[in-house]
Amino acid sequence: MTGCAKRCKQGLIKFALSLHKLVTGTLIKDKADDDLEMTMVCHRPEGLDQLEAQTNFSKRELQVLYRGFKNECPSGVVNEDTFKQIYSQFFPHGDASTYAHYLFNAFDSAHTGSIKFEDFVTALSILLRGSVTEKLQWTFNLYDINRDGYINKEEMTDIVRAIYDMMGKYTYPVLKTDAPKQHVDAFFQKMDKNRDGVVTLDEFILSCQEDENIMRSLQLFENVI
Amino acid sequence: MAAGVATWLPFARAAAVGWLPLAKKTMPKPPVDNSSRSDEILYVNVSGVRFQTWKNTLDRYPDTLLGSSEKEFFYNEDTQEYFFDRDPEMFRHILNFYRTGKLHYPRHECIQAFDEELAFYGIVPEIIGDCCMEEYRDRKKENQERLAEDTEANEAMDAPLPPHSTSRERLWRAFENPHTSTMALVFYYVTGFFIAVSVIANVVETVPCRPPKGSVKELPCGEKYQLAFFCMDTACVLIFTFEYLMRLFAAPSRCKFMRSVMSVIDVVAIMPYYIGLVMPENEDVSGAFVTLRVFRVFRIFKFSRHSQGLRILGYTLKSCASELGFLLFSLTMAIIIFATVMFYAEKGTKGSTFTSIPASFWYTIVTMTTLGYGDMVPNTIAGKIFGSICSLSGVLVIALPVPVIVSNFSRIYHQNQRADKMRAQQKVRLARIRMAKKGTTNAFLQYKEDRDRDSDSTALCVKNKSAFEHQHHHLLHCLEKTTNHEFTDEMTYSELCMTESVGFRTSRSTSLSSQQGAQNNSTGCCPRRARRRAAMRLANSTVSVSRGSVQELDTLHVKTTSIPPQTRSSLNAQADDLKLNCGEQDFTAAIISIPTPPANTPDESLPPSPAPIPGILRNTRATAYTHDTVKISSL
Repeated sequence: MTGCAKRCKQGLIKFALSLHKLVTGTLIKDKADDDLEMTMVCHRPEGLDQLEAQTNFSKRELQVLYRGFKNECPSGVVNEDTFKQIYSQFFPHGDASTYAHYLFNAFDSAHTGSIKFEDFVTALSILLRGSVTEKLQWTFNLYDINRDGYINKEEMTDIVRAIYDMMGKYTYPVLKTDAPKQHVDAFFQKMDKNRDGVVTLDEFILSCQEDENIMRSLQLFENVI
Repeated sequence: MAAGVATWLPFARAAAVGWLPLAKKTMPKPPVDNSSRSDEILYVNVSGVRFQTWKNTLDRYPDTLLGSSEKEFFYNEDTQEYFFDRDPEMFRHILNFYRTGKLHYPRHECIQAFDEELAFYGIVPEIIGDCCMEEYRDRKKENQERLAEDTEANEAMDAPLPPHSTSRERLWRAFENPHTSTMALVFYYVTGFFIAVSVIANVVETVPCRPPKGSVKELPCGEKYQLAFFCMDTACVLIFTFEYLMRLFAAPSRCKFMRSVMSVIDVVAIMPYYIGLVMPENEDVSGAFVTLRVFRVFRIFKFSRHSQGLRILGYTLKSCASELGFLLFSLTMAIIIFATVMFYAEKGTKGSTFTSIPASFWYTIVTMTTLGYGDMVPNTIAGKIFGSICSLSGVLVIALPVPVIVSNFSRIYHQNQRADKMRAQQKVRLARIRMAKKGTTNAFLQYKEDRDRDSDSTALCVKNKSAFEHQHHHLLHCLEKTTNHEFTDEMTYSELCMTESVGFRTSRSTSLSSQQGAQNNSTGCCPRRARRRAAMRLANSTVSVSRGSVQELDTLHVKTTSIPPQTRSSLNAQADDLKLNCGEQDFTAAIISIPTPPANTPDESLPPSPAPIPGILRNTRATAYTHDTVKISSL
């Protein structure tokens, strides 16, 4: 009963307030003010020298990267929606939002909900200029959605399904519904050494190092920048 | 893809590392990128204003001029910059597009200038950002409408008849544009007069006149002078019937004509008379007959043919149909609500006039429109309260759609005003342009005259001509030699036309190879005269050709008779390419004369062509548009 009375009182107060606003003619006003506060978040990265020290990029490369980044995100941060939007533009056939979500989480290592330039550049540095182990570690982090140190089948299935989503509907051969599952099974077959149903970081790195293909393809993206 | 997305491509590619452990097959080799990695600053000089930007910025949109290798055509080695001889103000916006990925439309610029700049730089207008897209679209639509109106006005205006229109077409034109001929004008005013007479007669015949001798009761004039009014009515109806039948006959599409509003009004205006004639003098039926006479008042709508203002009003109402509908609907709702309320409020009162809800409708309407006759008045307090609310809300509900209607009317009215103004100014503009053109065309003819007159003292002619003029005249000269015809001017041509009494067929194609009769003048004996005669013939045909579109040719297609239709179409095609929106019909330009076209050439059949005299080309079907004359017009 008390809850009901409280709600009634609140409702009454709200009504009285809106009546007052009606009388004084200020009924629709303050939305704009709220919005303004949201967009003032701005971020500046640390100095160029520090970033150069922390990453494997040269000053010039950092400059080019930052100019592009700043152009796209003048406020200095990328939030998840923008990230999804940008990533989806590269994959117009299918739905890249799920995978972009996982990617976002992988980039946003500090889990702040937005990617700053440092995060961006750190991740790029690992992916493009890092050692094999670092790359594999990063990939493991990507797959490990809940960051518990283990990849289980559900996480992997989510990831694989997200990747298949990016393909879209029109594929050749036609995408079967259990294709992700099969893919995951094959993956676990290869990676899960002790057959305990989860893949740990060491298992992952070890299995990848054994695979010639993976090793070779890791060199593919060396000269993207 | 947008610009910024290109910036993120390296990141997207890097993120592809995440797929690698999952890949079942080997990855393809990455593309080799040999371009220099380092970013450099480019200098772009636009009419003296120097812009600098990163090369990468421009590379974002590789399918535009600045993003592709096309800009190399504008590279100036000496100054190491790209030079464009265009508007620097506009370039600012173009460059901003590269920088921010959004194209903005500057509101103070002319829409066509902006479009041209975009076309030059290879940018599609569709990518204008949302902030400016609406404005851009509105302006563009407005501009296009305006241009369409102008061309329409041009064509619809006192264009002379195409030669050889049937009498039916001529009649129709006379009806639609009374200004074209005096007969049409006379007819127009006569019908207007009779409409007025008819309407006045209808009005006057109900006025009470002095009673006839020997009677006390006043009679309406209609009954007193029954015969006179009947005769007047008959005369008017006869004229209207005649007019309607003529229009029906002349209409290009009878079905469409019969469905048009004006035709319906015409029919409604004259029907009652005929029905009255046919109907017997029966007591029962005459009541209905009297009702029919009411329709005679629709004759007043026939005035809308004569008055543009009425047409505008009608058009406005039509275009505001939705607002009017809304007004009606909301009023109906309000009326029903208030009538119900008033009825129940006043129900108890003795001798109340609010006898039923429909009876209260009348009160509600009168109150909401603030008329307030006072024949029904609430007595109870509740009734008075609701009555006041009713009148206040009435004002509001009616006031809402009215501005919309008013603005619509204003817009349409101004459009019409503008059209009229343009038409009036057009004549002056055309005259001025014509005079300017005459200067250049006459220059060449003058030069020829001087040259012919004294061929040795060419020094005289070379007085003040610029290099451009020299070259141009040389070009025209070459053309003359090629076609073995000469340029001449309108006056000489028309006077030749007068003397020569050759009838030529003025087909729509105005084939120039028309009748030359038995004149077999070769260029040898009387070249000039022959040319003149033919030139005159041409003049006749050109003069009577309607002045439709306004493109001017720079060259004349001359082909032999074997392929006449092609000539026409190719001429047409050419005209389309050379779109000079000069808005002018230049008749003074040189006209090619024919030396010896043999027989008449009807449109459909090829003429029995004689052996083409060597060296002489015939201008068959050279002037081929439906509306244009062919002329060599100098620039």
